[in-house]
Amino acid sequence: MSDTGIGASVKRVEDLRFLTGNGNYTDDINRPGQSHAWLLRSPHAHAKINAIDTSKAEAAEGVLAVLTGADMAADGVGGLPCGWQIHSKDGEPMAEPAHPPLAVDKVRHVGDQVAIVIAETRDAARDAAELIEVDYTVLDAVTDMDTALAGKTLVHDDVPNNRCFDWEIGDKDAVDEAFAKADKVVSIDLSNNRLIPNAMEPRAAISDFDRTTGRYTLYTTTQNPHVIRLLMGAFVLQIPEHKLRVVAPDVGGGFGSKIFHYAEEAILTWAAAKVNRPIKWTAERTESFMTDAHGRDHETHAELALDGDGKFLGLRVATKANLGAYLSTFGSSVPTYLYATLLAGVYTTPAIYAEVQTVFTNTVPVDAYRGAGRPECTYLLERLVTKAARETGLDPAEIRKRNMIQPDQYPYQTPVALQYDCGDVPASFESALKAADYDGFEKRRADAEKNGKLRGIGISTYVEACGIAPSAVAGALGARAGLYESAQVRVHPTGSVTVYTGTHSHGQGHETTFAQLVSESFGIPADQVEVSHGDTDQVQFGMGTYGSRSLAVGGPAILKACNKVIDKAKKIAAHIMEADVSDIEFADGKFTVAGTDKEMAFGEVSLAAYVPHNYPIEEIEPGLDENAFYDPLNFSFPGGAHICEVEVDPDTGDVEVVNFTAVDDVGRVVNPMIVEGQVHGGLAQGVGQAVLEGCVYDDDGQLLTGSYMDYTMPRADDLPSFSVATQSVMGASNPLEVKGVGEVGAIGSPPAVINAILDALAPLGVEDISMPATSHKVWQAIQASSVRQAAE
Amino acid sequence: MYQFNYQKAGSQDDAVSAAGSAEDPKFLAGGMTLIPTLKQRLAQPSDLIDLSGIDGLAGVEDNGDSITIGAMTRHVDVANNDTVKSKIPALAHLASHIGDPQVRNRGTIGGSLANNDPAADYPAAVLGLNATVITNKREIAADDFFDGMFTTALEEDELITAVKFPVPDKAGYTKFPNPASRYALVGVMVAQTGGETRVAVTGAGQDGVFRASDIESALSGNWSADAAKGVKMSDADLNSDIHASAEYRAHLISVMASRAVEAAG
Repeated sequence: MSDTGIGASVKRVEDLRFLTGNGNYTDDINRPGQSHAWLLRSPHAHAKINAIDTSKAEAAEGVLAVLTGADMAADGVGGLPCGWQIHSKDGEPMAEPAHPPLAVDKVRHVGDQVAIVIAETRDAARDAAELIEVDYTVLDAVTDMDTALAGKTLVHDDVPNNRCFDWEIGDKDAVDEAFAKADKVVSIDLSNNRLIPNAMEPRAAISDFDRTTGRYTLYTTTQNPHVIRLLMGAFVLQIPEHKLRVVAPDVGGGFGSKIFHYAEEAILTWAAAKVNRPIKWTAERTESFMTDAHGRDHETHAELALDGDGKFLGLRVATKANLGAYLSTFGSSVPTYLYATLLAGVYTTPAIYAEVQTVFTNTVPVDAYRGAGRPECTYLLERLVTKAARETGLDPAEIRKRNMIQPDQYPYQTPVALQYDCGDVPASFESALKAADYDGFEKRRADAEKNGKLRGIGISTYVEACGIAPSAVAGALGARAGLYESAQVRVHPTGSVTVYTGTHSHGQGHETTFAQLVSESFGIPADQVEVSHGDTDQVQFGMGTYGSRSLAVGGPAILKACNKVIDKAKKIAAHIMEADVSDIEFADGKFTVAGTDKEMAFGEVSLAAYVPHNYPIEEIEPGLDENAFYDPLNFSFPGGAHICEVEVDPDTGDVEVVNFTAVDDVGRVVNPMIVEGQVHGGLAQGVGQAVLEGCVYDDDGQLLTGSYMDYTMPRADDLPSFSVATQSVMGASNPLEVKGVGEVGAIGSPPAVINAILDALAPLGVEDISMPATSHKVWQAIQASSVRQAAE
Repeated sequence: MYQFNYQKAGSQDDAVSAAGSAEDPKFLAGGMTLIPTLKQRLAQPSDLIDLSGIDGLAGVEDNGDSITIGAMTRHVDVANNDTVKSKIPALAHLASHIGDPQVRNRGTIGGSLANNDPAADYPAAVLGLNATVITNKREIAADDFFDGMFTTALEEDELITAVKFPVPDKAGYTKFPNPASRYALVGVMVAQTGGETRVAVTGAGQDGVFRASDIESALSGNWSADAAKGVKMSDADLNSDIHASAEYRAHLISVMASRAVEAAG
């Protein structure tokens, strides 16, 4: 067995180039004859465009072209499509208002694209953009969901009440029955704060058109180049696949925000043919804040019915989800099938009903962001269950234990469509309680009190569905695409290997992890394997990276292709060693004939495949190069337990996260070091959501948190040294037995933090706090509570 | 950024005369506020006059009962200076908590004071320690220097050359940072110098840095953390924004003042 196979903490092959500044990002690429673009964006959240006068800009020095939505419409350019169809309760399909890449009649959020200026330099383009005169009639803006649903101001004139759809899942009658017989009903109202993703690399693109071949090339910061080629080629620009190459080179973080097909990609590609020059565009950080799809933004009312023993009988959920100004690529799936199908959580709640209304507002479109729907679901459940513990007098750990799905109940059919394949949350929960010294907490609380601090402990247990997705299931739920993955394993003559994967790595370390899969399969060192991804001219096809799918869906495709290689290699080895193929065994990189000392190394067989002098040529073809597609049987279901401890300074409201313990079940671990890093990153984002990050719009739709001066990203000194561990039940839905790790940290952690803060503040009578629980908000809650208590 | 003329001044006189002949000049010290402002196209000066080539504007001088710090002295050099650390440790502490390491290695005391950002740290030091701002024309007492946010007593052709800090008997600075920018949401410098008690507050006031006279009175008679904390500050004339209400800032002033007293010893 190779020591770089599955389970080895192989050092990331990516790190040398990333850590020494030698990555090759989109903005690092320059094409001969390249021009530069600046996008003129709306300063208004909502306005009618009466006229656009581009004449002065066109006359400015160095300007090649100034193009508007009218120019795109004249060329028959289509709108940006949504990839997931949802039907309302009444069977009506969701409202899909037009989404032109450049605004035509109206602008609908601050930052909406109005015109593109293409010039010899970026500064010339930007200078000229200031000369464009847009005659706007400013309209009332609507940013708040309740106001939007009242329908006085319409974001899209053809969408009444700004409602995209009103969807439901679960058995309403069964839930009503459960509540009728309940001993106790606990209810909660909460919001899941809107987040701004902030990948380190801003979005960027370069478009190039070769008029001699009619071929377009787009370099872009995407998590899924083939999806962009399909969506943009087929739906927006009508360019067939063989005339369109999309390249996603090194991408500096995505977190979901680089899944979607963005307007700039289509505008640049279209414009490259108009000016017959390559065009580069790189977002400024301010543009990222106001054009990258935001995440979360839910308002929810939920009720939990319990019997006298604290057993959950039923759950009723009503959620409003903000979609922003337009339907983004997966905006409709996040608050529905990625959210409400997880409402059983880790519990045996027998009856669940949820309804979700989605709402257009004059804000940036909202779509998937690390966790996508599952953090919203987990936050709701774990806040509600903790509140139920307080109201029933049960310990928060005990109420969870009483309701948890037991290991012998898998596969577990939930009342909200999903069937969990396997898991053992009680075991990871016990480990987490032990690792966090849950039983010793009261002493730590007392010690903190001596120092004038309020200490609290909070629990979150969770399960999530990832490894997106079984195509048939996703299709039945409204997905307009298949969600399999592909791989090509090309063995070179001397036995080294190039793997082509349809997933895309933008920080996850696939180039290392996937090489380990091949190392394990072929018994060769991982450094003999190169992983290629991101270029539609090199990689056959693929659905990209999101929903913690790369290893769970892309990994088995690689494994399948490896097995095809081994099957063929066995036939070659059998021929050369003059044995029956059924007697050929392959292990540790060697083909042997059972019962003999005959053997051939992997590289000897591969050489024979490409130098087929002594070869079964009538039976098999030369070469050793195999393709495979893999579609999973089910989602995979990571789960686990997160426990947080905080100390609150009652004088300032300042919250310090002092301990964080995570025990996650992520299935088989291929590279423990990378898994640990993924959990750390997810926890940082989860703690960020809980105490630091929050997008704020004013009533006029201006983005008040439009820069790092006002939007708080988590920094290293905001975080404790995490205690993380994996405790896994091997996955049952794919042959690698992996589950997914990219999102678990961000899914499980926010409610643990908030539950800890509320535990710390409980002695002061504080019962609720919203995310982000900033020091300001915590102080206000303490003040309000002391005023209330004084009045009582 | 927009186009501008870049000029590197060789002397104070050069700088002043270059400014005099330019249409809309700006002096460039460390550039830690000015450069981002230019990059965002929020300012369009005709000329940037770089002061970094002028000799004699950087450094710390020990005058016995006072310290003089050159206008172009970087924050990191104030934070690490042995004289400052031994004679006015509160000032070294303040300088060591401005921005981040990159900012501290570029930003200067003179630039910070001339800019007078209402959430910057140095204005609290100058006002709280009763420093004197020395320019190419005159000496300006701290109480006369700050004139509302981003506004000072400096005239158009006037350059800060140094700042003279009297050595206090006791001084302490405590900052409650804005969680996003880490500028001061509230920063308080408390000092006792030759029988005078001063308390200067940055980050909170609508008109920039100010003296908290109620806390000064409380501390004059009773130099203790409790005395400072016991003062209920009025929230009138305090900033209110998405990060903190005026009420919260008022509360934090007392708390930060009390912690500054503790730090001062």
